[in-house]
Amino acid sequence: MTEEKALYNYLIRLGDNALILGQRLGEWCGHAHQLESDIALTNVALDQIGQARLLLSEAARLQAEGKDEDQLAFHRDEHDFRNNLLVEMENGDFGQTITRQFLFDVYQFHLLKALCQSQNDFLKAFAEKSVKEVTYHRNLSRDWVIRLGDGTEKSHQKMQNAVNLLWQYTGELFEMDETDEVLINSGIVPDLNDLRPLWEKEVKMVLDEATLTIPDTRGYMATGGRKKGEHTEYMGYILAEMQYLPRSMPEAKW
Amino acid sequence: MTNQPTDNSEQGILWEVFVQAKPGLAHKHAGSLHAADAEMALKSARDVYTRRSEGVSIWVVPATEITATTESDSDSFFDPADDKVYRHPTFYTVPEGVKYL
Repeated sequence: MTEEKALYNYLIRLGDNALILGQRLGEWCGHAHQLESDIALTNVALDQIGQARLLLSEAARLQAEGKDEDQLAFHRDEHDFRNNLLVEMENGDFGQTITRQFLFDVYQFHLLKALCQSQNDFLKAFAEKSVKEVTYHRNLSRDWVIRLGDGTEKSHQKMQNAVNLLWQYTGELFEMDETDEVLINSGIVPDLNDLRPLWEKEVKMVLDEATLTIPDTRGYMATGGRKKGEHTEYMGYILAEMQYLPRSMPEAKW
Repeated sequence: MTNQPTDNSEQGILWEVFVQAKPGLAHKHAGSLHAADAEMALKSARDVYTRRSEGVSIWVVPATEITATTESDSDSFFDPADDKVYRHPTFYTVPEGVKYL
């Protein structure tokens, strides 16, 4: 695999994570339990969409097929998306959304921190800009996880249910393949094995404080999105909603 | 009037938000929001009131901690100042060419 092809793949993976998570969070617009949370979640959504735009634009530029960010976002099919399964999981209740957000924020934070050292100018600049946004996301979701986990009996149970449901999707965050190997060798991206202990330590510390326990999945972890474009049943619905308008009216303008 | 912050709704207590636009300027009242505690109030204030780069610093104060004048105070509080124009610094002339006044 050429370095250029690997970089394209990697940008698509990062971009799809941001895009799909942004789309998911955007579903909360107008539906959160209070105005303040509504705005907080959609702020995070907009940050993610902003990151997705930068990443997919750069991917389109590398691809050099005359496409743009919108064509990559709206005119690819499910199997061409390379996001982690975690970000496409249902919003569920607020606790489930916040748990998904926390598990991903900690991952994204450490990944971006590492990408600040990238030998690739775009990724380095992108990471330096985005890590500030994600630092805030991580503080926000961490506080909510602790507040709700160590809250009332009811909120604790909801949070524990969310952790039980989502935990099996965390293993995929650290899967790697040839794309990663090529880029690790050229100092462009970090080895996810190095990030894993940082993620585990932080997540465990916060879950402990939130009086939540990590479920025993007996070694099972869901996989398929990042490496092969094999998604959960939810993905088709997300894309249907996200892609309907640009596909049915390709010339539509704001 | 009570000065005790009370958790009077599922939304948490009411906080008044003050935002400083630039270093050195005064914090100005921006609005209010509900939150369970001060930390959450600060975060919500950041999202609600500074998302378009309105500020560099935020104060949050429980609304119940603010003591305000009332309509019925107006006569005694404010009216007496109305006919004391000499309190305005307009009764002396500033020499031409004076800078930094």
